This record gives sequence, structure tokens and C-alpha cells, in this order.
Amino acid sequence: MITRLLALAALALVLATPALGAGGGLERRESQLENRVMCPTCHQLLALSHSPIAERMRAFIRAQLATGKSEAQIERELVAQFGPGVLAEPPAHGFGLLAWLVPAAGLAAAAGAVFMVARAWRRRAPADTDDVSPELLRRIERELVALDD
Amino acid sequence: MRSAGRIGAIALVAGLLVLLVVHIATAQRGAAVAAAVSAGKKPAAPDFDLDRIGRDDRLKLSSLRGRVVVLNFWASWCQACKDEARTVEAAARRWQRRGVVFLGVDSQDFTSDARAFARRFGLTYESVHDGSGSVMTRYGVTGLPETWTLDRRGRLVDHIPGVTDARRLDRAIERARRS
Repeated sequence: MITRLLALAALALVLATPALGAGGGLERRESQLENRVMCPTCHQLLALSHSPIAERMRAFIRAQLATGKSEAQIERELVAQFGPGVLAEPPAHGFGLLAWLVPAAGLAAAAGAVFMVARAWRRRAPADTDDVSPELLRRIERELVALDD
Repeated sequence: MRSAGRIGAIALVAGLLVLLVVHIATAQRGAAVAAAVSAGKKPAAPDFDLDRIGRDDRLKLSSLRGRVVVLNFWASWCQACKDEARTVEAAARRWQRRGVVFLGVDSQDFTSDARAFARRFGLTYESVHDGSGSVMTRYGVTGLPETWTLDRRGRLVDHIPGVTDARRLDRAIERARRS
């Protein structure tokens, strides 16, 4: 009897596991999408917004995922409804490519500027020591000797 | 080599400045339109070309030139828009017979929700879909609903921020007809 009950419990567990996995997967995908989409009225990530349209978009995403649509399909539908600005990350093509290139170019320009300034300083350093007059060098020498005494 | 780098850096900074100026100018142009109408001026209504809700074609605002137009910005998720929907519809029924065009601008909304809203409130006038809210920005709309009235020459003559009532709408339309 006990063996039979244990076998039934094991069978139930095996059967329930894929269903539990699918439910958890839907929630994870929903959460991922909410972090990739913006609320059009409050300009916050959907995951952080509680505006009426954000709640509606959340319900839309949930319903679309339940019908088996992919994240990319849902994102395309949201873009068709609210424009490309609904995506938290601009697309890496067309005008959206600028949003990726400009910060990278800015970083490269800043790194280049730091390099050029550092090189200029390094070149100027020996020239500075040449500017010290023999008289000043002799005085420093005298004062160091005086300090030792 | 050094001068090329310097020119590149200057071009980059200049480009970023241009983008910033364009962004600020676009946002402020809308506010300027509302301020001009409040000051009694009649600026040209920003034109737009948007998808018609419930139809497969588009509507260009300037194609309505020659008629008084009431532009009502709304969204299905906006409670205040639900509160005024029947008032606007009643005004549309009264005035459409006299050649006044009522046009809804459904903003930042799902078109399916907009269609359901129109059915629920029995809207007989047309609406267009401004999903991204770009037209809202150009009109300086800061909250929904808002109503603008255009004269026959396509100039903005009246602005009602927030929920409107029948008398206020009638006054705006009379003003546009006289303009």
C-alpha cells in the first residue's frame, strides 16, 4: 500500500514538474520584458511604473506570452502601438544606432584627450628641470648641507 | 594627427550640442503654442498625419482646412476622458450638422482599447492614433484630456486643458466660426 502511494506521489511530481517549470518561465520572461520596455506616459521602465497604461501593458504582455508569442514578437507589437521609444534600449540600426555610437565615440575621445594631455606633461617635465639655474642648485645644495649639520 | 583628433572632438561636442538643442526646442515649441493661444494669438495648428482608428488609412489634419475643427486629445486609460466622453459626443452631434469636424486624438494607447472606448461611449466622430505621443508633445499637451479648436484657416483659436463642459465647448466653436 505504502509503496503504491509513494509511486503515485512520484508520478504526480514527475507530471507536475514541466507545468511548474513553464509557469516559472512565463513569469521570468514577463519580468525580462518589463525591464526592456518603457512606460510611454511616465518614461520609466515598465517594471517600475504603476501608471494606468503601464498596468495595461503588463496585462498585454502576460496575455501575449500566454498565447505563445516570443519576446521579439511582443516587442514588435508594442513598437507598432507606441513607437520605437517604447524600447528601453534603442535598436542597433538606423537612427537608434546613434545612441550606441555616440557614447562609445565620446569615451574614445575622452581617452584620447587624457592620453594626449599625459604625453604633453611627460614631455614638458625634463624641460622644467633644465630651467633651474645653477645659482638655485648651489643654494639648494648649501641648505641641504646646513640641514645635515 | 593631433589637429585631426582635435577637429574630431570639436565635431563630436558640436553634434551633441545640436541634438540637445533640437530636443529642447521640440519640447518647448509645444508649450509655446499653448502660451500663444492663452495670450490671444492664433498660431498655425501643428500639422500631423496619423492612422485612423477602425480604418486602414491615414488622416492629415491640413486636409480639413476650410472647416472648423475640434481636436480632443484622449486615451482609454484616462478616467477624466471617460468623464467627458459623453459631453464631447453630444457636442459633436449638435455641431457636425453645421459643418464642424470633431476629431479625437487617441494618445499613448492601444488601438484595440481605443476602439472599445469608442464603442462603449457611442462615439460617432473619428479618432486618430498617436501611440508615441509625438503629436501631444507638439501641442504641448501635459495631461489628458485636452481640447483645441481650429478656425477655417487651420489656426488654433482656443485651448481647454482638462475636462470640458458643453457651454465651454460651444463658446470655443462660436469663436472659431467668427475667426
